[in-house]
Amino acid sequence: MSQLHTVSKSPFERTNLQSCLKLATPGASILLYEDAVIGAMQGTSLADAIAAAAKTFSLHVLGPDLAARGLDAAKVVPGVKVVDYAGFVDLAAEASAVQAWC
Amino acid sequence: MKFAVLVNEGPFNHQASDSAYQFAKAALAKGHQIFRVFFYYDGVYNASKLSEPPTDDRNVVANWGKLAEEHKLDLVVCVAAALRRGIKDENLAAGFRISGLGQLIEAGIQADRLVTFGD
Amino acid sequence: MEEEMEAGVVKKFMYVNRKQPYGTVYALEVLEMVLISAAFDQDVHLVFTDDGVLQLKKNMATEGIGMKNFSKTYRALEGYDIEKLYVDQESLDERGLTEDDLLVDVQVVSRAEMAKLMDQMDVVLTA
Repeated sequence: MSQLHTVSKSPFERTNLQSCLKLATPGASILLYEDAVIGAMQGTSLADAIAAAAKTFSLHVLGPDLAARGLDAAKVVPGVKVVDYAGFVDLAAEASAVQAWC
Repeated sequence: MKFAVLVNEGPFNHQASDSAYQFAKAALAKGHQIFRVFFYYDGVYNASKLSEPPTDDRNVVANWGKLAEEHKLDLVVCVAAALRRGIKDENLAAGFRISGLGQLIEAGIQADRLVTFGD
Repeated sequence: MEEEMEAGVVKKFMYVNRKQPYGTVYALEVLEMVLISAAFDQDVHLVFTDDGVLQLKKNMATEGIGMKNFSKTYRALEGYDIEKLYVDQESLDERGLTEDDLLVDVQVVSRAEMAKLMDQMDVVLTA
């Protein structure tokens, strides 16, 4: 059982996602929510890095936060799964511990 | 499963408290237990009964109080963080109680998972 | 539940410090959490990574900003049996610091070692 890492700040404003990707162990789950959801979208300057990370980690993004920001859940980087709050709860329940990168 | 929730940001300035509230509701809807919600750092402002948001917006403080009432949740505000920021029993919103940081450590020990919102 | 407490449940707690002192209150209030968890006899680990390594910088002089210098508290942690302090080399390097710049003894580890350590924790509190 590996950890769930949660990231809530935009990777274009803070380095939380970058630090998380450096310190999460392969196979861990990572959930992007709140302002971090922009990091899951295709076409950003980070999209290639996220696509690569999706091969090492189980990447997720919170759908309600995408929708609130007018971001299309159909246009997330391939390999990133869209979940709702119930899915967030499941990810936390399935993890050995939950580490927040705020 | 038993969850503990830690809220580290005040209401409105950050989404953290709203996210924590949505998470708690979803966890309860799935039949999980919320052992405790602990408010630390600026998170203690979520317990101010002086908060009066415009009526067309969500009322973060009241929403926590309502959820606590419906599900008998234990909403605990850290005393040291609260005193620093002017939250006392006099202005504590319904559903919250003020106690020590030991309540957070105990929640970490007793709950199966501790989930943190806000930094 | 009380029986469990009496039996003495010991969990692996980790406090992950990623911010500088003074600019925000996090470093100080994390220390308050750390000291309380010592009273609960938990297996406490402190990690200083990213800007968090600056919390351990020697020679802090805060008179000029009118704030309390709480760096002495890190030295007192040993007295609470909190001796598992970790810093990652990469964060030191990025900020032009070395282990000699730090005011307490720490284990300097690679990011890979730190990642492994984090993965073993039961409760992780990050600020």
